[in-house]
Parts: sequence; C-alpha cells; structure tokens
Amino acid sequence: MKKSLKERLAVLSDAAKYDASCASSGTAKRDSSKSGGLGSTEGAGICHAYAPDGRCISLLKILLTNFCIYDCAYCINRSSSNVERARFSVEEVVWLTLEFYRRNYIEGLFLSSGIIRSSDHTMEQMVRVARELRTVHNFRGYIHLKTIPEASPQLIEEAGLYADRLSINIELPTDTGITRFAPEKRPANIRRSMGELRLKIEAAGEPTLQTKKRKRFVPAGQSTQMIVGADGADDAAILGTSARLYGSYDLKRVYYSAFSPIPDSSKNLPLIKPPLMREHRLYQADWLYRFYGFSVPEIVEGRPGGMLDLDLDPKLAWALANRQHFPVDINRADREMLLRVPGLGTKAVKSILSSRIHRRLRLEDVKRLGVSIRKVQPFVTAEGWSPRRLAERADLRSLFEPKPQQLSLL
Amino acid sequence: MIHRAVLKGRGDFAEWRHRARAFLIAGIEPQAIDWQDASMEAGLFGSEETPLPPPAEGNAIPVPAAFIDLATAVVCHSDPGRFDLLYRLLWRLARERELLQVRADEEVARARLMEKSVRRDSHKMTAFVRFREIALPAAARRSFVAWFEPDHHIVARTAPFFQRRFNDMDWVIATPRGTAAWDGDRLTLSDEPAVKPEISDDADELWRTYYANIFNPARLKVKAMQAEMPKKYWKNLPEASLIPGLIADAEARVLAMAKRQASEPLAFHDRLQAAARAAPIEPLPPAGTLEALRTEARGCTRCPLHCKATQTVFGEGPENAAVMFVGEQPGDQEDLAGRPFIGPAGKVFDAAITEAGLDRRRLYVTNAVKHFKYEPRGKRRIHQKPNMGEVQQCRWWLAREIDLIRPKLVVALGATAYAALTDGREKLGDVRGRAMTLDTNRLLFVTVHPSYLLRIPDARKSQDENRRFVADLAVVGDLMRGLASSQEKSMAG
Repeated sequence: MKKSLKERLAVLSDAAKYDASCASSGTAKRDSSKSGGLGSTEGAGICHAYAPDGRCISLLKILLTNFCIYDCAYCINRSSSNVERARFSVEEVVWLTLEFYRRNYIEGLFLSSGIIRSSDHTMEQMVRVARELRTVHNFRGYIHLKTIPEASPQLIEEAGLYADRLSINIELPTDTGITRFAPEKRPANIRRSMGELRLKIEAAGEPTLQTKKRKRFVPAGQSTQMIVGADGADDAAILGTSARLYGSYDLKRVYYSAFSPIPDSSKNLPLIKPPLMREHRLYQADWLYRFYGFSVPEIVEGRPGGMLDLDLDPKLAWALANRQHFPVDINRADREMLLRVPGLGTKAVKSILSSRIHRRLRLEDVKRLGVSIRKVQPFVTAEGWSPRRLAERADLRSLFEPKPQQLSLL
Repeated sequence: MIHRAVLKGRGDFAEWRHRARAFLIAGIEPQAIDWQDASMEAGLFGSEETPLPPPAEGNAIPVPAAFIDLATAVVCHSDPGRFDLLYRLLWRLARERELLQVRADEEVARARLMEKSVRRDSHKMTAFVRFREIALPAAARRSFVAWFEPDHHIVARTAPFFQRRFNDMDWVIATPRGTAAWDGDRLTLSDEPAVKPEISDDADELWRTYYANIFNPARLKVKAMQAEMPKKYWKNLPEASLIPGLIADAEARVLAMAKRQASEPLAFHDRLQAAARAAPIEPLPPAGTLEALRTEARGCTRCPLHCKATQTVFGEGPENAAVMFVGEQPGDQEDLAGRPFIGPAGKVFDAAITEAGLDRRRLYVTNAVKHFKYEPRGKRRIHQKPNMGEVQQCRWWLAREIDLIRPKLVVALGATAYAALTDGREKLGDVRGRAMTLDTNRLLFVTVHPSYLLRIPDARKSQDENRRFVADLAVVGDLMRGLASSQEKSMAG
C-alpha cells in the first residue's frame, strides 16, 4: 500500500538529517513586493526553529527519494541498508515547499536525493522541482540543491539558474577514505565538478558586452560537507583538505559532520558517540583560518597526533603555546595581532579600533564591548592594566581548562 | 524647573523626536527632563505633560545618520529609561561629534545593547511567526492569521518584511503590542493590543512530522537549542510541544540503534551490485595513440601532487605538430579547466606568439609537470615550484608525448622545462635564445616562462623583457619555416 504524504515526509526527512548545512544566507537580495508571487531573501538567513540537537531549521531539508544505487558505508541510504524507502513526486515537493513557506515555517528548500537509475535522471528530477518553483509558482525564497558530480554539465548549468546554492559533498577528507567507504564515488570527479562550478560562477559574474547586468547563477555560491570520525583522518588532514577546498573552489562553507550512528549501520563502521566536541573545535579552527589570519600549520603545530585540543578552543591553545607574542597592547597593537588575542572576536576588534582613536581604553571599556575579561586579561595590556605575573604563570592553562568532573561516591 | 514629557511609548520615533528637538533647541539639560512612558507608569503623579518650550528659529539640528538609526531602534525598546538615555546621547553629540564611534562609552554601550535587543526581537519575529490559514471559499486570495508575543514595540518596524515576503496572500499578524495586516494593496498598522485568535491549520501536523524527523537523537544539545529558541516563544510554536518527548526518548533510541545488529541487505542491493559489475566499461582509445596516453595520464598517481590538484592537465595541440612548447606546470585556472596555458600566463603567451606571427592552433603546448602544485592561502592558491623528484616522475609523460608527436623543434619555457628535457643545470641566461640539439631528430630552443613577465614590477623593464620574449618567439618562427623548407627539400630530393 502506498504510504501517505505524512509517512513519506517522515522517512525522507529522517534520511536527510545527516546533511549539516541549513544555511539560507549570503544570496542575492530579492523579494516579491514588485514581482508578485511569494518569497524573499534579504541577505541574512533566518532560523525558523531549532531542534533539540541544537541545530537550526531554516530550510525544508528532504530527499526526493532515499532509494539509492550507491553503497557508501557511512550513509543511511546506502543500497545495502534496510531502512524504509520512499519517494516524493516533483509536484509533492513543490507543494510541501510552498505550503511550509506560506506558514513561515521555512526560508526555502534544501533538496537532495539518493541516486536512482542514473546521475542524470536524478539530477533532472531535482532541477524540475527548482524550475517549477521558480517559473510556475514565482517562488522567490531560497533553494539549495545537492548536485551529483557525474551529472551532465547542461543540468548543472540549469540548476544554477534556479538555485541559490549548489553543493557537492566531498564526504571524507582523504582520497583513500572515499575509495574505501564510498566505492562508487570518484574523488577526482568531485574535485573536477567543484572546479567546473567555480569557473561557471566566475564566468556568470563577468559583465557581458551587451548589458552591465550580470547573469544570476548560484548567487550564494557552493559548499561541501566532510564527515568527521568515520575514517582515521586526523584534524590536521581535515583542515588541510578544507584549506585546499576553500582556496581551489571558492567554497562559501565547508561543513563538518561528526559521524553519527545511523539505523541499520554498516558493519565496517564504528558505532560510536558522535565526536561533537571535535566537530566544534574543527569549526572554530575553520573560522580562525577564514577570518582571523591563521594558517592551518599554525593551528595544528605541535599538536600530538595532529589532533586539536578538545579542552581548549584552538585560538586559546595557540596563544598558550606562543606566549612570546603576548601581552598585546589593546591601545596600540595592529588589527592582525588583536585578532590573535583569545576572547577578541572580529566585531570586538573592529570596535576597539574605532574606539581607541578617541580615547585610551581601559579593561572596563573592553568589557562593555561584550568581551570576557577573564579570558583576555592575561593576554593584553590596557590603560591601567598589565597582566604582569598572570601572563607568566606556568599554570595559566589550568585557569581555562574545564573543571575536572567530580567523581560521585557510591 | 523640571520638564515632564509623557510619551505613548509604542515605538513611534516621531513623538520622541518632536519633544527632544524642542528641548535641545531651548538648551534644556538632560537632568531637567522627566521622560515618562504612558504605557508603563500610568498616573503615579498625574502624568500631565508640561508645555514644550516655544519653537525657535532655524530648528534643524544636524545629527549623524547613525544616531537616527540607533534611536529609531531604541525607541522600540520596552525599557522606560530609553527616552532619557537617547536625550543624554543627543545632548552629548552636540559637543562630542564622534561619540557614537566610542563603542566603549558607557551610555553608547547601553544604547547599543538596547538596539541589539530590539533587533533580535524583530529577527525572532521574522523567524517565529506562524501563519495559520483561514478557509474563505469564495475569496480570490488565500488568508492567513498569526499570533505573536514580542518583547518590544516592534510590529511596525518588522511588518514591511512580511509584506515583501508574503505578497500574494492576505495576512494579519496580531500581537499584544499591535497588529499588522496586508491585503495585497495596503499594509495596515495599529499599535493597540490585540486578542489572541484561536485557529487551527492541518499543515501544522505535517510541520510537526518534519520537525520530529529532522532531529538527530544522537546529538542531543538542549542548551544550544534554548539559547536560540528560548522557552518564552514555545507557547506559540506548533512544533514546541514535541520537544520534551524528543529529549526524553533520545537516549533510548540511540541505544536501540547500537544494539541492533547490522542486517543482511535486501535482494535489491545484490541486484544493483550485479548490474554494476556487468556494466560495460567505456572502450579505451586504441593503444599507442595520443588519446590513449591522455586517458592514461588522467589517473596518474606517480607522485603525491594528484591528491591536491583538481586534475591532470595534459598537453594540447595537433598530433603532428612540428613544434612543441613545454612550460613548467599548470596554474590555478589551468587546474580548474583541465587545459594548459589558459590563465594569465597563457594570455601573455598567446599575445606574444601572435605578435611573433605564430599560430597556436598549429603548436602542441604542454607542461613539464602535469599537476598544479600550490599552497592554499585564504581564498587563493599560491603557486609552488615543483621539486626535482616531481619533475623526474612526470618526465615519463613528457617523453611519451615527444615520442608520439615527434616534433622537429621543442621550445622550453623556463628553467624547469629545460631541466626536464635535458637534465641541464646551466643558468637560463646561458642557454637562452639559440637553437641547440635536443637529440638526433630534433632541435631545442630555450626562452623564459611567460609568468616571469607577469612578475616584473618595473613597467619599463617589463616592456623590454616582453619585447625580448617576442623576439625569441620570432626566432622560433624562423626555425619552424627553416625546418619546413628543409623537409620539403629532403622530400623533393
């Protein structure tokens, strides 16, 4: 008997939850006030709900189908798994997206799919959803499509006209990992698809001879996801791969997804608690690389086994290992050095730079910018403040480490 | 004398501005004004307003645009002290023009906090409003109603967002701090408290299904959820009543997942695997051709560079080209597109050969190393020179290319290409610009790599070097013509 829409929604959203991305930000601004129709995107994304796993729900994240001819060991939808299978029609996905959007549950759609019949067949179905939303229903909300590396360039081209973001998952940080756990996927094809997409996005960004207006093509760029903890790759390898992906393909984001046990899991993979803290540290390191001027070798230098410190955030760990650079003078240091002070974020640094033109800053002033004084005080000097002995304490690290868990008595 | 200003206090910037302007022009100090919020403290001391000072001549007061932005937000805050704080800032701004840039100032920081709180409330409104449909069978447009409870007076400032977004439907957002409504033509606003409507919508059940299933029980992080979706919003969110149950069952669900042994795959899987094994492999090009070599090179793993590069960038040009150009390695653009000499250096190369009268379509162009070697730096890739080991490994391909193309003349662009072709360690300057023998069948000519020309900072020197490069290529052109005529002669003879 055919499953009801609600039953299939349950199966196909359960199957989609291992994709970490839910971003709806960074795309072109548009709305429906002049064009009519439904929807808008205004730069910043909106999270319409949060699940108890702490993740934001911004998009309707579903699969078109969870039937799949691939057998990737880490994936809930692999062909050898016995999970319940279901599929939506193109019309059903379009209907769900519009009805959810009208009730302000979501910012738009993140559509992915198991691979059925062929890469092109699957990609074509996904493109049809996006095309109908845009051209038939005049939908102006956010669309993220997962693309299939082997799909034909024409389909990717068309997908890019309707979607705000396209993504191809790199899945695992090393080529050997991919070959081992995703036997049907080719790391070289994944990289080539990302490269082609970058070239297409750049070509669309060039003004044409006829008009100054640029073609709208994947305005929110491309992203990818890496699973952490399924293979043996260390943090240094993972961050090295991220840096290469950012540099090579102009990715807007690399998502890290702590490998999480899945129903009917493959025998080849550990059933472990997902390494959530490791995932968190990787995101912090990723930020240091992208916004704070750190290189990957600096971040992982001297770390045993190439693994980040789980107890301390990577910036604090770096500062403690490089005490010769501190204390930093809040009133004189340049931006690059202020960004390296634990506890100072990009916004706080900006505020410090604009405030100190007009007056010399004291620690209290820095506190008013929303900065944790406990965290910054050993690393900075300010008007009326010098850390003196605090900065030289051998046990400085212990001030920041999480308190040891007290043993309970029986 | 104490001036008393009594404001309705429902987020209307104009009512504060009107009074503040009059006070400021009259030079009334902040301490001398008692700002009251009628919605908060009705009639403790008979909150009669004192008459405003009479309007003075030329009453336009210049203030930074940033202050207007700040004040329009802060006025929406529910803190009764907001009017006083804003007036204090306005008062000080007349003397300290740059005050707002001093984010560390106590009053500026307080106002910024209020502003942030208003913006956050407004943002949460765009996130947590839930429309429910009212069925009106005869209506041309669909109708929706929502109930929301904001912390501050933000309905008017947030309503345009909904107008821009939900254009093709009628909607009403009712709140205890006012109402907004849209009918396709007009946005209607009111700041009077509304009553909570009781409506149900079947779509809520689908949304709850989605919410329950997108949750991953193996990653319980309740605090992270509550930081962004505080409990105060839960009562108006249809999905929120599921939360306690999802949290309570999470651990048991994960344990059950772990206990279950991996099951045997269904027949569906075996059929797929068999089909994949039986799938015809794409026919390879005939062995010994350039096409076969190119296909083979695609999978090259002779050195570790392949792991970091996008793809092998093989040579390009006619199979019977008389002249082969050998560069160093592909760059960023070449790596992405899979074709040699198409990036910035390729453009210099193309311009120079054209100027020298050569036709790229008749040349075979390749590189000593076929994968891009680089270091990532932020959003860019910094070119790195290939080491001798990498050049040695890749020479295998270069030798095959020469064997198959059989060029009469090989042009080395730069030192790496020269070393790859000859093992020669001479300085480039010592071998540049004259024809040498490569082996019994062909000549070698050495010049600089076009990327060298891109790196010369001095414009004069860059021009000179460019001219020299074109002159070298003109020699290549002469050599080509010489080779062609000698070939004709030998054929005629």
